[in-house]
Amino acid sequence: MKLPLLSMITFAPVLGILVISLIPRGKDMLIRRVATIFSALPFVFIVYVFTQFDFGAKKMQFIERIPWIKQVGIFYYMGIDGISIALLFVTGLLSIMAMLASWEIKERVKEYFTLMLFLETGMLGVFVALDYILFYIFWEITLVPMYFLIGIWGGPRREYAAIKFFIYTLLGSVLMLLAILALYFQADINSFSITQLWKAGRTFALAVQIPIFLGFYAGFAVKIPVFPFHTWLPDAHVEAPTAVSVLLAGVLLKLGGYGFFRIAMPSFPAAFERFVPWLVVLALINIIYGAYVAMAQRDLKKLVAYSSISHMGYILLGLVALNEAGLDGSMFQMVSHGLTTGMLFLLVGIIYSRTHTRLISELGGMQGKVPMLAGALAFDSMASLGLPGLSGFIGEFLVLVGVIMAAHLHPVFAVLAALNIVLTAGYLLWMIQRVSLGKIGEKLKSITDLSGFELAYLIPLIVLILLFGLYPTLLLNIFDVSVKNILTIMGG
Amino acid sequence: MFELTLIMLALPLSAFVVLLLGGKIIPPKKSPFVAITAMAISTVLAWALLIAVILGKEFERHFTWFDVGGQIVHLGVILDPLAAGMLLVVTMVALLVQIYSLGYMHGEKRMNWYYAALSLFTFAMLGVVVSSSLIQLLIFWELVGLCSYFLIGFWYEREDASRAAKKAFLTTRTGDVGFLVGAILFFTVLGTFHIPTLYERAASINPNLLAVMVLLLFAGAVGKSAQLPLHVWLPDAMAGPTPVSALIHAATMVAAGVYLVARTYPLFEMAPVALEVVAYVGAFTAFFAATIALVQVDIKKILAYSTVSQLGYMMVGLGVGSLATGMFHLTTHAAFKALLFLTAGSVIHSLHTQDIREMGRLYPKMKVTAITTIIGGLALAGVPPFAGFWSKDEILLEAAHNHFTLIYYLALITAGLTAFYIFRLIFLTFFGDEEVEAHESPPVMTVPLIVLAVVSIFIGFLNSPFLNNAFGHFLGEKEALKPDLSIMATSVFVAFAGIFVAYRSYYFQPGKKSRLNSLLSKRILAEKYWINQAYLRTFGFVADFLRHVAYNKYFVDEFYQLVIVRPVHYFADLLYLFDLKVIDGLVNSIGWATLSVAYSVGGFDVAVIDKAIVHFGKGAVGVSKIMGGFDVEIDKISVSMGRGAVGVSKVMGGADSKTDKATESLGWTNLRLGWLARGFDLGIVDGAVNGVGLLIAGIGKRLRRIQSGYLQDYPLIMFLTVLTLIIVVIFLGKK
Repeated sequence: MKLPLLSMITFAPVLGILVISLIPRGKDMLIRRVATIFSALPFVFIVYVFTQFDFGAKKMQFIERIPWIKQVGIFYYMGIDGISIALLFVTGLLSIMAMLASWEIKERVKEYFTLMLFLETGMLGVFVALDYILFYIFWEITLVPMYFLIGIWGGPRREYAAIKFFIYTLLGSVLMLLAILALYFQADINSFSITQLWKAGRTFALAVQIPIFLGFYAGFAVKIPVFPFHTWLPDAHVEAPTAVSVLLAGVLLKLGGYGFFRIAMPSFPAAFERFVPWLVVLALINIIYGAYVAMAQRDLKKLVAYSSISHMGYILLGLVALNEAGLDGSMFQMVSHGLTTGMLFLLVGIIYSRTHTRLISELGGMQGKVPMLAGALAFDSMASLGLPGLSGFIGEFLVLVGVIMAAHLHPVFAVLAALNIVLTAGYLLWMIQRVSLGKIGEKLKSITDLSGFELAYLIPLIVLILLFGLYPTLLLNIFDVSVKNILTIMGG
Repeated sequence: MFELTLIMLALPLSAFVVLLLGGKIIPPKKSPFVAITAMAISTVLAWALLIAVILGKEFERHFTWFDVGGQIVHLGVILDPLAAGMLLVVTMVALLVQIYSLGYMHGEKRMNWYYAALSLFTFAMLGVVVSSSLIQLLIFWELVGLCSYFLIGFWYEREDASRAAKKAFLTTRTGDVGFLVGAILFFTVLGTFHIPTLYERAASINPNLLAVMVLLLFAGAVGKSAQLPLHVWLPDAMAGPTPVSALIHAATMVAAGVYLVARTYPLFEMAPVALEVVAYVGAFTAFFAATIALVQVDIKKILAYSTVSQLGYMMVGLGVGSLATGMFHLTTHAAFKALLFLTAGSVIHSLHTQDIREMGRLYPKMKVTAITTIIGGLALAGVPPFAGFWSKDEILLEAAHNHFTLIYYLALITAGLTAFYIFRLIFLTFFGDEEVEAHESPPVMTVPLIVLAVVSIFIGFLNSPFLNNAFGHFLGEKEALKPDLSIMATSVFVAFAGIFVAYRSYYFQPGKKSRLNSLLSKRILAEKYWINQAYLRTFGFVADFLRHVAYNKYFVDEFYQLVIVRPVHYFADLLYLFDLKVIDGLVNSIGWATLSVAYSVGGFDVAVIDKAIVHFGKGAVGVSKIMGGFDVEIDKISVSMGRGAVGVSKVMGGADSKTDKATESLGWTNLRLGWLARGFDLGIVDGAVNGVGLLIAGIGKRLRRIQSGYLQDYPLIMFLTVLTLIIVVIFLGKK
């Protein structure tokens, strides 16, 4: 009998919740350890799936399909292709890093780790679900623990940020749910299967595709987030505890991009193409606007948050190129951004936990005082500003190639996106100059360098950023076939 | 050969890795020797490779890096005469600079880091040289820039150093955007990054498009080689240690721009317009930077502007002449400019000042430094038979021969200015009137000076008629231009004129009054040459004005600050304000609007929410009725959801934490939903209509309660009710 690997991946953290529930309150260390072990289980399974995965196949693999509510065609339906497995990998990895970074949480440890594990299940579930109802359930599951994690363990304005996050994403997903139901009834094949509805969606008249597409767009655009639905992001990031920021930037934003790949593009190619002129403008606004606003920030975490908005714009830009290079770039950028921005948030968290400040003006001179921490920050900033040889460059490069190759897009869009590279370098170098160089800041007197524990969860990220930057084939081969497949599906 | 090239590249890289990772194991005193040993072997290999290439063993190899939509992105290594020659330049200067640094950086902390960064730089620079793929060249190119950033900011505690490092990186990166876009255009239009293949395919495309594409590449060169208008970073980069300035900001990295044009020269040749642009940019930069160098007082700044100017010269050489012309000047310049920087370093090391007004009669105390500086100065000024004469003369010859009249005269004037400013520097530093405390530098510093001085004397002959223009032939030039004696005489005359004016103005002869600036002194001019006082006053005013402008570098930095840097920052602040007030404000006002609607609907009791749930529940039940057996399912789901939630809340334990409350109410809500679903079959429409109003009330209520902070459960209720509502509406629509 074949193991239900995808279910195991998805629900291993839930098992962790059950185990933790047996541990009495107060045994914090034990809870931390157990939670970390269970958060790492999915990654172990994912690695095993990697070894069994056929990267040359177009079809969904590791399928699990069990009738759930037969009358309306709801199945417990899971399966993965190259796109899902790449994102599963990032999710599994970052979940471990986030768990480790959570060890510093001292309050209500039991609840905290329960929610973190719950969140992990939700995130993993989204990437394996192939039934709309299942997909939606996981999608919403990510919301709830996120809300509590920000609202309880967050900073001073945590309630405001949590509510804002919740309302925004809820409104988005409500519209998405409407779109799911509309798609279901319009297709009228008594199936909520995502893959089956690809075919159905394409046959709709444009006038029908457009409203449904817009419903999905609302759900995905809020997550990415696309201007002007982005204002929840900086607030959520600033208030969220470090580990939550890591998962928020590293994984949750990718749900939006994933939605385009898995649903919006293959189901409604005509509507998507119709909106390309709008989307390209929005992508550029994201890129340029995000960079400018990042430049104006005085708070380290907000700077990273806005830089995230800017970087996520490249993902959208790659999508609208509608060719292999663009889509590959978009996927590459999703993985790379998960690693680099995840790491940036980890570093900001480390700095904050030692200095109790995130104000750039209060830091300074870290290079001399804590060379490893400053070195890691410099390395990651270089990856983030797209230094060739590191993973960020490949993503941006592929997106730019895609845009220039796309006959329906003017090359000037690529030039604008490329010019933004200077802005990105501008605010990141400015940040480094203020944080790492210069005279040692007031609050840094007693700062200590990275501990072995911290190095343990940073080094894998550094290695991957280097590896994907130097040998992009490694990552490209994972999702290339699936990306091509999506383009074929879109083409008819 | 291929393996040998890779080993040569790998050596400095491994030195970097060893020094970086072994930072704590290797004592700082030993670290230089790790780097120097690696570098020395690399240099020997570079010699071997050069000899092999002279013997005709060129090679080029490329392989797939990854592919994009079926098009292959190549990596590649090339060893042709151009690369082999450049390899030697890089390794030789790098080796000498590393040895010299033993003395210059003696006692500095962070020696490990210094040598690590130098090694990484050398690796990257060698990588630029041997790349046969445009994208690979760009990668090494950026890595070179990164090392330059590290080394300019070596003394990062100093504000000026960290600022200069950032400025250098940003300015060159501005040019690199052009490089990147240009490279991608080549890739998309011609289907490859592989440079030799690009040569073959470029003929097939529209020359105008090709011109645009190569000019985009040239934008990268403009940034790296500090050409107008992106020259501003190089003088600031002098905040780094002087040996670094010699290696990176004089001999090698800044020459990478010239090398890029040389490497893609066949493409430029197919787009003559682009080549003309190169020539004119070079000529104006050469002239412009030379005028600034005339009046600077910081010894390194003078040399920095001189470098900008000479890089312009190289561009002229490429633009009006040939690949060999530009590369020849690059080679000679690498020798004598590295020499000049290192001698300046020797002076700075001894005096701890960079202001030439604070120097004086150093000649008797620092003879080796002084004599080698003079040799470097003569080479730079273009006095035969020193190196600069041959390479500069060839550029002038090409300009005249190809009828670039304006460029020819600009270059000629620049030659005169060059001779003047470098001898102004020499006279003020070594032959001034002040006696200053000084000592000669240790042999570890002076030996590299002597080596470079010898090279600066003789290297020019490589491309002279005496050696049958060997350098040009080596780089594949078929026929060199015949030397033109009149042009030679003119350039020599101009050089001597410059030196003479500097001598008259700045040379201090014991017993005589200082002649500082006396040549332009109004009184002397009036007495000696009977020039009208009124003219002189105007002249004096104009001269002062020009000197002021040149001293302040034509206010280009201030101009950029005003029209680029500050507007960008203002714009950033403005957008942030927009984000806070307008976009977020809109969101908040929607919240407020909803709240007031909620007021008009009335009532904020829990009962309202309950009612809403009841109505939605009814709706849900209606749906289930319509669907027949479906209600059983809903029942099951909601009951099990409820159980699950209760389980969770049990797990969470504890009586009075917020979380517990929240999870409990989650379970509670779900249970109630399940219970509701079991009952009634009242009007669905009713439920839906009332539900909308009550939903809004619910939102309003929730918003009101945010501040009280204990209502985390309401979003959940809202979520569940909205879910139900939507199912209702959709099913209704279906019917």
